Amino acid sequence: MKELLKKLTLCYGPAGNEEVIRDCIKEEIKDFVDEIKVDVLGNLIAIKRGGGKKVMLAAHMDQIGFMVTHIDENGFIRFSRVGGIFVQNSINSKVVFKDGLVGVVSYESEIEEIKDIKLDKMYIDIGTKNREETQKLVTIGDVAVYSNGFAESNGRYIAQAMDDRAGCALLIETAKRLKSSPHEVYFVFTVQEELGVRGAKTSAYALDPHIGIAVDVTLTGDTPKSKLMAVKMGSGPAIKVKDVLIMAHPKVKELMITRARDAGIPYQMEILEAGGTDAGAIHLTRKGIPSGVLSIPTRYVHSDCEMIDSGDMENGVKLLLKILEEEIEF
Amino acid sequence: MDELLKRLTEAHGVSGDEGEIREILKKEAVNLADEVSIDRMGNLVAFKKGTKGGKKIMLCAHMDEVGLIIHNIADNGTLKFSTVGSIDPRVLISKKVKIGKKKHHGILGLKAIHLQEPEERKTVVKTKQLYIDIGAKSKDEALKIVNLGDYAAFDTDSLPFGQGRIKAKALDDRLGCSILLDLLKNRYPFDLYACFTVQEEIGIRGAGAAAFGIKPSMALIVEGTTCSDVPGVDEHMRSTRLGKGPAITVMDATSYSNKFMVNKLIETAIKENIPYQMKESVTGGNDAGAIHVSGEGIKTAVVSVPCRYIHSPVSVADMNDYYSTSRLVEAFLKGCE
Repeated sequence: MKELLKKLTLCYGPAGNEEVIRDCIKEEIKDFVDEIKVDVLGNLIAIKRGGGKKVMLAAHMDQIGFMVTHIDENGFIRFSRVGGIFVQNSINSKVVFKDGLVGVVSYESEIEEIKDIKLDKMYIDIGTKNREETQKLVTIGDVAVYSNGFAESNGRYIAQAMDDRAGCALLIETAKRLKSSPHEVYFVFTVQEELGVRGAKTSAYALDPHIGIAVDVTLTGDTPKSKLMAVKMGSGPAIKVKDVLIMAHPKVKELMITRARDAGIPYQMEILEAGGTDAGAIHLTRKGIPSGVLSIPTRYVHSDCEMIDSGDMENGVKLLLKILEEEIEF
Repeated sequence: MDELLKRLTEAHGVSGDEGEIREILKKEAVNLADEVSIDRMGNLVAFKKGTKGGKKIMLCAHMDEVGLIIHNIADNGTLKFSTVGSIDPRVLISKKVKIGKKKHHGILGLKAIHLQEPEERKTVVKTKQLYIDIGAKSKDEALKIVNLGDYAAFDTDSLPFGQGRIKAKALDDRLGCSILLDLLKNRYPFDLYACFTVQEEIGIRGAGAAAFGIKPSMALIVEGTTCSDVPGVDEHMRSTRLGKGPAITVMDATSYSNKFMVNKLIETAIKENIPYQMKESVTGGNDAGAIHVSGEGIKTAVVSVPCRYIHSPVSVADMNDYYSTSRLVEAFLKGCE
């Protein structure tokens, strides 16, 4: 899964601009599903036909980014954030545009305290000398993403956009290893999650599944003096109890716990006090869709070096397979 | 100033109380459309059958405006109110409003500066410190004129000023409404639904229902948007510029415009020699936010006329921007054949 994860995290795809990552995922999954389609908003829907329950697995393929809003006379770019970009994670970071153009994010240096830096006091420097030069290379509305590469250290993977290419990798790997399922499985790679779980909303409406499971990253409470949170990186995939957008449906939560326990797959329970995932949109669709979330414990979320554990990924695939391979009694 | 635009901007239509403006729009629309209806939410939908049929395109402009609602009457006959939609309370002081169906005059009052505590002078005034004076001496007298729940709209005459500029209340989004009426004069190959939506200013509530009912293959929102091209604002914080043409939105707080539509708008502007600008901020939202995620998803984009002092008793727009916006949308629609 490492090579797949590397490929996906290095691929360009900020929210609203998912064309490249969508093509990449399509290529990776096409041989393992019966049907592939792209809907109006751009969600990629890969279907493994079958009877039983209609199960929707959702991982968002978009990532956070920096949108060009203004080019000044000296060629510097002012930007707005696309999703949850934070000042402290962006100072002097390297970013890249769709065509490979590289820039550095920095701030008006008359500001002395980091806490006084706001995003509208920051800019992207692409090395140009004036407005005309910059205008030849970028236009208002173009989006750059973090560009820190991919690395492995002590069984952990480090890269930008683990949120949620890690989830995308889990879905692809699951489709690849799923030999047979009594269910109809929808592997949905959603758009614009980072802007407010928008792709999940329309795709869930169209598919109208019996069960929805979002696969996304979650925070951890296992670093020095971190905020209190019971999730640890490396202790297995997390089964969500709640976040800001969803109270996981008891039956889906129980299903995940039971399957993990029966198969001896390590897991942990997750309560996330900030943020939400695609499940937040899915469970409120139409007449309501019982939904839950499988989370990958991730350190330094929304930075250019999000860190996950290789074992959590492997166990995540095992758990998804276990859920899909057997009958589901609801 | 255009007579219709003057009537549209002077008409009352605070969110949730769109009756008066809807009636005016309806009277205009019935002469232009094949069918005019009002849906359950109160949106006015004007339908114009296409010559070829098939594809449905939705144009959308909200008819509601920001304003006030009366929630309490004090013993001395003054009225307490809440804002409807987002309004900076500082722009309200000493302004005139008209209240209720009978449009009773009211003045927004505030304790005189020499009576304010030193702390009060330093802090930004809050809505709850303000009241509306309707000339009544007592609560009983006030109750003969107004009721709790009555709406108040700004009392602003719409006037031309400067070289081709106008000042009026509710330019956001009566400019859009006026453009929609203008475009209803044409017949297109596809079915056109011109929607005048309710309650945009209090959370984009009307547009989603309208879109769900119509299920268009494409929706274009025509808006009035923020413009801060004034002294003291950094170049990169101005969002739009007056007189530089219609503003095309790439992304805002509630939607990411469909790229095909954005590119087509830009190509159309260049081809037709219509000035345009890209909106240089991503804050705020509009009906696109509800429409693009309606049902299985709808291709959506936004074009706006820049308006200075938006969400205040009086805003300013450039008529050239208005005409260019109308031309751009018209050319865009013609290109959708």
